[in-house]
Amino acid sequence: MTRASVPTAAQAFSFTSIPMPVRILLVLLVPAMLVPFFPEIAYPVFIMKVLCFGLFALAFNLLIGFTGLVSFGHAAFFGWAGYTTGGLMIHYAPKGLPVEIAILAGVLVATAIGYVIGALAIRRTGVYFSMVTLALSQIAYFFAVQAPWTGGEDGMQGVPRGHLLGFIDLSSDTAMYYFVLAVFVLGFLAIHRIIHSPFGQALKALRDNPARAISLGYDIDRCKLYAFMLSAALAGVAGSMKALVLQLAALNDVMLSTSTEVLLMTLLGGLGTGWGPVVGAALVLTLQNYLAALGGVVTIIIGFTFVVCVSFFRLGIIGELQAALQRRESKKQHAHSSPLVETHSETSGR
Amino acid sequence: MFDISMNALMAQLLVGLINGCFYALLSMGLAIIFGLLNIINFAHGAQFMVAAFLAWMGFAQLPLLLGPEFKINFWLALILAPLIVGGLGIVLEKTLLKRLYHLDHLYGLLLTFGIALMLEGAFRHFYGISGLNYDPPELLRGGIDLDFMFLPTYRAFVVVFSLIICAVTWYLFERTKLGALLRAGTENAKLLQAFGVNIPLMITLTYGFGVALAGVAGVMAAPIMQVNPLMGANLLNIVFAVVVIGGLGSILGAIFTGLALGLVEGLTKVFYPEAATVVVFVVMALVLLTRPAGMFGKEK
Repeated sequence: MTRASVPTAAQAFSFTSIPMPVRILLVLLVPAMLVPFFPEIAYPVFIMKVLCFGLFALAFNLLIGFTGLVSFGHAAFFGWAGYTTGGLMIHYAPKGLPVEIAILAGVLVATAIGYVIGALAIRRTGVYFSMVTLALSQIAYFFAVQAPWTGGEDGMQGVPRGHLLGFIDLSSDTAMYYFVLAVFVLGFLAIHRIIHSPFGQALKALRDNPARAISLGYDIDRCKLYAFMLSAALAGVAGSMKALVLQLAALNDVMLSTSTEVLLMTLLGGLGTGWGPVVGAALVLTLQNYLAALGGVVTIIIGFTFVVCVSFFRLGIIGELQAALQRRESKKQHAHSSPLVETHSETSGR
Repeated sequence: MFDISMNALMAQLLVGLINGCFYALLSMGLAIIFGLLNIINFAHGAQFMVAAFLAWMGFAQLPLLLGPEFKINFWLALILAPLIVGGLGIVLEKTLLKRLYHLDHLYGLLLTFGIALMLEGAFRHFYGISGLNYDPPELLRGGIDLDFMFLPTYRAFVVVFSLIICAVTWYLFERTKLGALLRAGTENAKLLQAFGVNIPLMITLTYGFGVALAGVAGVMAAPIMQVNPLMGANLLNIVFAVVVIGGLGSILGAIFTGLALGLVEGLTKVFYPEAATVVVFVVMALVLLTRPAGMFGKEK
């Protein structure tokens, strides 16, 4: 679990020394770069949505998968970052506000809300923690309904995308696509870096054995709060980007259903895996895309997926895949009786 | 600010008290289930909603299907619906929940959450989201003029009946031998099993009983709230806040916190209506800042 993180200087330049999730990222980057040229195979706006929700799920996974904290309130960060970016772009972009500042403001708002909710929620553990995040995010929802500038039920429509660095016009889907892709890659690498940093190891320690983490001298409340705020900030990045991509900041984004959707994405793909949340996001969004016309049936299917996942595939798609690979690998090891075969493992889901 | 009429104040307090009764019944069920199963029953709101629908279906749909002599009246529904949802709860416990006890409680929470989504989705698919009307029984229509306010009989009944159920449940759990066994099971199930107590059966029945409590609340809510697929989900958000404020420790805590928060909500509606929907969560934040374990909870 701890190996495969930092390559030594001697192997730094060989491909195999790169950690597995990053290797997959590099491989996937090639087809991802080609998406705008083949819109009939992969519709760019849809892929952008997948990237945004994938990043959202990755941010969520940082908390649930690596810190063991189950938040039922992440929609508050995602949604309010979207409102902030959307509102700023609508009112101030014509007066020359750069899009970067609007995104940054969205992230800051998400982080600030993350600080408030996190500081209160970490006073309780386990299921209480989840209930507190759920209840507090309801406040964020009520503000979204009642505040005069969020647009209430209608949300904010027609958010302008602005110009990146002042000269790249994001109103073209192609330019926006590469921007979203770049943000996703940076976000992915940042999360990878956080998980494999000493701070990330401390998070895993306090997840697996809080008493021991305390005895080792970690201030676990502070670690939890920082993890919560980091997760909120990254969820904010996703929310701001989503508001720009769809040019819409909607009430739906701050609702409980969004919090549970991201939970489902992460669970379905695999808690605590590098790519699981993204796979989960892609799957859930595709399902919703195809089943949108069915109304209530979508909720039934989502609920059913929860039940099946929890009952039979607790590790999620990627998690189960890794476990299967590991089983095969260890079988091979026994066959050849060579104990030195390295298995890259990223599993840390329970 | 203080020129509010006595009538309006009392009316809102009554509404608050009735809501408080539902909060108390639901959080009591959650507390009982959490005690033995160590699972936060996220399906609680959906089970509440199903009971309300069952009452409505027995009254409005069954006669159309089988003939007028099969009309289920309110009193019969008050017995049958909790039995049915409690029974379904037992099936759920026997088939899915019991596979999760050795795992982190996160999984129980997620599973019951999935069940809630399925139930809500199913009812939304068949009945839409508009509310359905369910009339209170003949016996309880009308009301009493108390001079300073008009008291609808059905609402008075809801308050009295809820308080009786709360009292009976409290007595059952805190003052009888069966209750002592249940509390012992909460403390140390393995030891109790060694004494020859059938713990798995106890767990199953406890879950059924907790769900049935939600069922009773659901049937009682049907004539007051509009029967719709999301009636439970909306209520459950507040009940979770109630649970956090009260602390899941005691049944008494659930009863008091539930009633008190209903009243607080009613008062807010009179003096500052805009905040009525958030006040419970604000109270929760304040309590967490001062007493993280909740008003009645014990820090573990």
